[in-house]
Amino acid sequence: MKWGDVRTGEYLLPVLDAPLILARGLVKTFGDFVAVDGIDVEVRRGESFGFLGPNGAGKSSTMRMIGCVSPPSGGTLQVLGMDPATDGPRIRARLGVVPQRDSLDEELTVEENLWVYGRYFGLPRHVVRERARQLLEFAQLTDRADSVVEPLSGGMKRRLTIARGLVNEPEILLLDEPTTGLDPQARHVLWDRLFRLKREGVTLVLTTHYMDEAEQLCDRLVVMDRGRIVAEGSPRELIARHSTREVLELRFDADDHAQHLAGVDGIADRVEVLADRLLLYVRDGEAAHSEVVRRGLEPLSALVRRSTLEDVFLHLTGRSLVD
Amino acid sequence: MAIRTDERVPLARQLVRAVPFPAGAGMARMLVERNFRSFRRTWSIIVSGFFEPVFFLFAMGVGIGAMVGDIDLGDGRTVPYGVFVAPALLASSAMNGAVFDSTTNVFFKLKYAKLYDSVLATPLGPRDVAVGEIGWALLRGLAYSGAFLAVAAAAGTVRSWWALAAVPAATLIGWAFASVGMASATYMRTWADFDWIQLAIMPMFLFSATFFPLTTYPDVLQWVVQATPLYHGVAMTRELMLGEITTAMAGHVAYLVAMGLVGTVWTAGRVERLLLR
Ligand SMILES: Nc1ncnc2c1ncn2[C@@H]1O[C@H](COP(=O)(O)OP(=O)(O)O)[C@@H](O)[C@H]1O
Ligand SMILES: [Mg+2]
Repeated sequence: MKWGDVRTGEYLLPVLDAPLILARGLVKTFGDFVAVDGIDVEVRRGESFGFLGPNGAGKSSTMRMIGCVSPPSGGTLQVLGMDPATDGPRIRARLGVVPQRDSLDEELTVEENLWVYGRYFGLPRHVVRERARQLLEFAQLTDRADSVVEPLSGGMKRRLTIARGLVNEPEILLLDEPTTGLDPQARHVLWDRLFRLKREGVTLVLTTHYMDEAEQLCDRLVVMDRGRIVAEGSPRELIARHSTREVLELRFDADDHAQHLAGVDGIADRVEVLADRLLLYVRDGEAAHSEVVRRGLEPLSALVRRSTLEDVFLHLTGRSLVD
Repeated sequence: MAIRTDERVPLARQLVRAVPFPAGAGMARMLVERNFRSFRRTWSIIVSGFFEPVFFLFAMGVGIGAMVGDIDLGDGRTVPYGVFVAPALLASSAMNGAVFDSTTNVFFKLKYAKLYDSVLATPLGPRDVAVGEIGWALLRGLAYSGAFLAVAAAAGTVRSWWALAAVPAATLIGWAFASVGMASATYMRTWADFDWIQLAIMPMFLFSATFFPLTTYPDVLQWVVQATPLYHGVAMTRELMLGEITTAMAGHVAYLVAMGLVGTVWTAGRVERLLLR
């Protein structure tokens, strides 16, 4: 009886609840090759949504379809309640796009990149000028405003690309591998900027093959592999559902770690054999380690850590995210 | 069910958007604006675009003209060689400039700068890219031909006020060649492929009744010459600068307009094929 009420509530607020992005059985093929193989995705306003998967999983192909620069080969796709096939320009007017490869205008200065891009959205010159000023500050590039783009560091170019994607005050910001190729410090600066956007209520949709990035930035994510979605949930849910709380990593002096499988039999819920170590999926890492010691096994090293999305991916696909 | 916070789109833009193929947002001028910004740093190119035909005018019209003397237009009238050749130089420089600008420019942006990848992520579509780039080539052409006409007038090779119409005429020539040139550039794989374009341009420049009248050729070759676009450009410009407009003008204009339309739609289609996959 309660459920009925809740449902009525839903119907009363269809606008707030309508997903910003809705894909059903979405397919992308290139010739005979199937890059995206029938995925279902729903992104809601204000959330930070991620596609986690290794290279070639079909993340960029999906992002390009959402960005209305690549027509779907099958299934249905709605962005902001519209159909990309017929309403591309109107949808793109309300999106911000940060492509996997920076595509800054190298013939223009840092500031001009923002102005000119804003003009592509039909914004008046005085608006563009004011936003450029704010965005330079946001991207911490104010002192480089008049520099050409080419000599900027990778992190600066990335921040400028993000700033550029914000010039039309988009309702959704699409980020394709926002920090790939950056050094750790530059990544943290970038994450900090993205957190700020998230707090301001911008809907973020990002792809990554870094599990730490996914854990840091995503409220909810899908794990993608070979064009398909293999799992969906919040980082915490995914770990709870597909992994154990802790992992005991054992490194032996052995060419093939599989030969130590028998020795650890029964200690863990599940054991994964990697090239250079064994991963024991357990609830209590310390207890498992004690058991290993008690059995007289002598690993070169033993490490207890929490489960990550990397473990989820490994469990679901049998492969690691980054090869 | 989603809220439509419909930005107020001007009617003109709505109409342009409604033209079905290839898609565009009617905002090509934003790309022209972008090119203007970037051009302010590379303005030296415009200088060469202006000087080349001016040098030709003095070498051919004044230098060679002194030796050749008057030339028979083919209908019994004779004019000094400089008067004969100036319109042809204007027409062929419009062609050269348009082809050079559109092909190299677009090839570079398409292959190396990846400019259009980011442009197409905004409301602009492939048609805006085509129209914007072609429009930009025309604006530059307009500056070249206006300046050339002033020099030609100062050199005494202009006979009529109709010559003012040669500037828009040169722009029409520019459109025809820029659009087809740009479409061709989308097929280029390396800079070496540009030699093929030169191979098409050079004979037209020399033989489209540019430096000697059509009647010089045997009948069969006259037909070949009349089939080429530059011939129509030269004939059109010459009629205007001599101030003697005939009914043939309609044919010249129709030929070049058709070429410009085909080239523009072709370019937009190619941009769509290449980038929106
Ligand atoms: N334009 C294209 N033509 C042909 N194959 C493509 C094209 N774009 C992507 N692919 C292929 O589709 C697969 C998925 O690519 P992509 O979506 O870029 O994956 P990801 O972004 O997850 O690394 C890859 O195998 C890639 O080679
Ligand atoms: Mg990718």
